Amino acid sequence: MMVETQPILSASGLTMEFRGFVAVKDVSLSVTEGSVHALIGPNGAGKTTVFNLLTKFLTPTRGRIVFRGDDISRLKPAEVARLGLVRSFQISAVFSHLTVLDNVRVALQRPAGLATQFWRSSDVLAALDARALELIDAVGLSEYADLPAVELAYGRKRALEIATTLALEPTMLLLDEPMAGMGHEDIGRISELIRRIAKGRTVLMVEHNLGVVADLCDRVTVLARGEILADGSYESVSADPRVREAYLGTEHE
Amino acid sequence: MNADAGRLSPASRLRRSTLAFAAVSIVALLVAPFFLYPVFLMSVLCFALFACAFNLLIGYVGLLSFGHATFFGGAAYITAHAVKVWGWEPLSGILLGAVGAGVLGVIVGALAIRRQGIYFAMITLALGQMFAFICLQVPFTHGEDGIQGVPRGHLLGLIDLSGPLAMYYVTLAIFLIGFFAIWRIVHSPFGNILKAIRENERRAISLGYRVDRYKLGAFVMSASLAGLAGGTKAIVFQFATLTDVQWQMSGEVILMTLLGGIGTLVGPVVGAGLVIALQNYLAASDFPVTVLIGIIFVICVLLFRRGIAGEAMAFLRRRAAG
Repeated sequence: MMVETQPILSASGLTMEFRGFVAVKDVSLSVTEGSVHALIGPNGAGKTTVFNLLTKFLTPTRGRIVFRGDDISRLKPAEVARLGLVRSFQISAVFSHLTVLDNVRVALQRPAGLATQFWRSSDVLAALDARALELIDAVGLSEYADLPAVELAYGRKRALEIATTLALEPTMLLLDEPMAGMGHEDIGRISELIRRIAKGRTVLMVEHNLGVVADLCDRVTVLARGEILADGSYESVSADPRVREAYLGTEHE
Repeated sequence: MNADAGRLSPASRLRRSTLAFAAVSIVALLVAPFFLYPVFLMSVLCFALFACAFNLLIGYVGLLSFGHATFFGGAAYITAHAVKVWGWEPLSGILLGAVGAGVLGVIVGALAIRRQGIYFAMITLALGQMFAFICLQVPFTHGEDGIQGVPRGHLLGLIDLSGPLAMYYVTLAIFLIGFFAIWRIVHSPFGNILKAIRENERRAISLGYRVDRYKLGAFVMSASLAGLAGGTKAIVFQFATLTDVQWQMSGEVILMTLLGGIGTLVGPVVGAGLVIALQNYLAASDFPVTVLIGIIFVICVLLFRRGIAGEAMAFLRRRAAG
């Protein structure tokens, strides 16, 4: 593995209470720059809540989040995205009635300064086509560029989502269950894609498919009942008896 | 260089037929006052612009405002007051009305866009009711009487607007400018982001868009354009009354837009034309207009989910494809 560097993202003492119910309790997490880090755990462990906290879609009751040295605990989700920390969603998030090309262009518009101009023709967006098509090609969707996103097969929607996310050139990607609901073929293709985009980037992913986690991830954090149970390499974590009991014992093999 | 129609791409063929449709419509509107009652036509144009402004929000941002009468009626009061009491020239009076409606739009929008769906609609309704109450109480609106006898005056001090034809062409020009503005906004880089927000707001946020600002921007644009329609209406009919600010007016514009077709540019124009025509031609008959409009509304909702224009366009597209 590469040389240990400063954590790019670290959370300390994250706690989220919903009217007395503690969904996430004192979670501290640190993600090394350039690594692929997985967050796993049984259903209801609070993985998606942690994701929502890290990307500011939820505001933690207590705790602190630092991204590249800056305290982002009080920022709004759009601002976090602007800093280069970009997420995907568990349920595929595409703009259904826009074409594949338009989906990617929406992501490119803001960095290009072409988002607020209401007095110009949308023809000016053609300037973004070359870059958009390049991204679409990178995820293997070239032949569908003019198709409305709603007509894509499920696995291809996820690929489109990744292309859209990559358009922002994020320093760090948070992928919420990228393989959820996918068949074997798609899993292979998306794994390959994630491996490719992880070069030069940091990835934190929530994933249920442990084969994928073992294959892709450098480090694994296990969450159960809103608390961190274990943290380390896939081998060390999967050997941990508490983890086997809470999670692997019931679901793995 | 020009290829024959058969070899044009679908997009440029669509563009060409849209241009042809626009040209025919503008010619029809230019000759219309020689065949139809000009006051009726002006009424249709004012409400059509109002409905188009409303549609900018519901159709392209997905926000259902239940208080758009505030902007239409508020502008009507402002224009009427500026022209009658301050003696302003009519066009600047109308523009002041539109600006005033935009200011009201900033206030209502800033409060309402924090909530979504039905809560958004309820907040706009509540603020609309408050505004109607203020209009009933403050002295300059003259309460139940409204501002009556607003002089049409001379456009830019030159053209006498007291004749129906001159007034009609000014109204038509304002309508076309407003309609073009909406068309431009919808087909602009900004409009693209609005559609993305309508499709998936959380995703737009996760791409770094401060969606509240975009929504507020669209809200203020819609309010200003509704104000443009309301101000023009005050000059055409020479009065501004409580009818223009009450919730029934907000309901009427929703009805027009739904009937014509949400999210289509011509739909609100068709809807406004239909509703105003029915109100006009049935006003003298014994049959209650509201019942008939209600029946038509029910039929439209059951048969034409996409509204009249929406269904017609879907039909043409199917025929072109098949």
